[in-house]
Amino acid sequence: MKKALLAMLGLLALALGGCSTDGGESITAVGSSALQPLVEAAAEQYQTEHTGVFINVQGGGSGTGLSQIQEGAVEIGNSDLFAEQKSGIRAHKLVDHRVAVVGITPIVNPKVGVKNLTMVQLRRIFTGEITNWREVGGKNAPIVLVNRAQGSGTRATFEQWVLKGRQPKAAQEQDSTGMVRSIVASTPGAISYVAFSYVDDTVKAVALDGVTPTDAHVASNAWPIWSYEHMYTKGPPTGLTKRFLAYIQRPATQRKLVQKMGYIPITSMQVDRDATGKVTRR
Amino acid sequence: MDPIREAMLHPSRSARLERRGKLISFLCIALIVLVVVAIFAFVAWHGLATFFENKINLWDFLSKSVWSPAVKDAHGNPEVGALPMIVGSFGVTFLSAIVATPIAVGAAIFMTEISPRWGSKVLQPVIELLVGIPSVVYGFIGLSVVVPVIRHVFGGTGFGILAGTFVLFVMILPTVTSMAVDALKAVPRHYREASLALGGTRWQTIYRVVLRAGMPGILTGVVFGMARAFGEALAVQMVIGNASLLPQNLVSPASTLTSVLTSGIGNTVMGSLENNALWSLALLLLLMSLAFNLVIRWIGKKGEMK
Repeated sequence: MKKALLAMLGLLALALGGCSTDGGESITAVGSSALQPLVEAAAEQYQTEHTGVFINVQGGGSGTGLSQIQEGAVEIGNSDLFAEQKSGIRAHKLVDHRVAVVGITPIVNPKVGVKNLTMVQLRRIFTGEITNWREVGGKNAPIVLVNRAQGSGTRATFEQWVLKGRQPKAAQEQDSTGMVRSIVASTPGAISYVAFSYVDDTVKAVALDGVTPTDAHVASNAWPIWSYEHMYTKGPPTGLTKRFLAYIQRPATQRKLVQKMGYIPITSMQVDRDATGKVTRR
Repeated sequence: MDPIREAMLHPSRSARLERRGKLISFLCIALIVLVVVAIFAFVAWHGLATFFENKINLWDFLSKSVWSPAVKDAHGNPEVGALPMIVGSFGVTFLSAIVATPIAVGAAIFMTEISPRWGSKVLQPVIELLVGIPSVVYGFIGLSVVVPVIRHVFGGTGFGILAGTFVLFVMILPTVTSMAVDALKAVPRHYREASLALGGTRWQTIYRVVLRAGMPGILTGVVFGMARAFGEALAVQMVIGNASLLPQNLVSPASTLTSVLTSGIGNTVMGSLENNALWSLALLLLLMSLAFNLVIRWIGKKGEMK
């Protein structure tokens, strides 16, 4: 009995010991689930190229990322939103590192029969003024709104650029993009919004004012619904954090990895946009 | 020194062992109590901040129906009306309990009175198996089977209280059934024999004697099931639609306390109103499960067989 206990303790110690990095550097990045796949892939690639470092990537949502970095609990806080847009965050203490751009497009159930909407129509759909697809040139079918959860980065971006301060109609909410897509695909008359990389054959992406949702249109800002993916640090980054951020932002990573993972490289953007939404050519 | 005197004056080995055992078991219970108190304190601390720090009126919180903590209404007050979630939670809980209870009681009667051998050989393992299925599996089946069927039959999106009720019904059925079985098994054999000796038929014995005597146990099972339904998050969240709207009917999207909590907590910042409001929902949930526990104890006391 005693022996078994000792053996178990030994195993536990071994397991715990395995987590430490034998004197190597280790950092943790927490937050946005939309950005998580990219950071994970980049971390994996970085760790194979530089031995002896450990980069721990976790999800949890943009709110978690920002509050954790504000408290200094982690080295990097991932967010879909500018820190200024989130209440309860003292943004001036955080340093923003933009690592990618994500375009967001409205998607509809393919049977709706609508390929193009104007921005005003889209706004009126999400505020509940237009309730039937007939009113925008589609079939006679009621519109079913599907939202992301309140506070989600995708939703905040969509509402910032589409609703322009108007209040959305309360409707059903889903807390993941995958779920949104499968509901839109299976529910007649459904409309929602997802990041470009999630669009597939089961749903139909809608053009806005004749502009199609493509990476090129985001780069030129012809397609206005997009957001930066931010990696925040508390104060200027140092050590491994600094090297890792530089690694993600360098052109080679942007061109290959970022594009491969379905994000738009920050280097291909022709415009800059700040937290208040002001756009400048670069 | 005299060995007998020695033994009398000092605690024996077994006495020391007993004291040590007492200490260890006391430490275990102290740890549990400490954890429970800490959880209560933590949830209450954050949950009450909504009312004290952010100055939200408690009555508004319970009675208003617009849930949008990030947005301020015409008077500059944040919109934190939890009524849709409260209605949704109670709706799915009571409806699933109403549907599950008769079936559970019927199954329990079959297993204890009508065919005990078949019941213990086949039905008991099946029910125990059902208890062990993870809730995400129920949710997934609900999403891919129940929701489309409801959409097909009733129209709309298929998401709503009805879908939540179906999923929860299947989830709590085994709990309620196995507790009802225990309650009926606990009815003493001589009750049945007395009833039969008086000339009661089998049905009269079951209906007038066994069910009567087992009622407190059955009710405890139902409340247990309701507590489980009330606290269930994942499966319900997948099928209820998560719209913070007062449900107009059983097939319009609704939400529960748990579904709003799980979908919102990662997107809020600790200490902000949005976050505090979610903690208030968690506090409400905690208080409700406490209430369910008290009800169970009350039934147990009230219904003791004398």
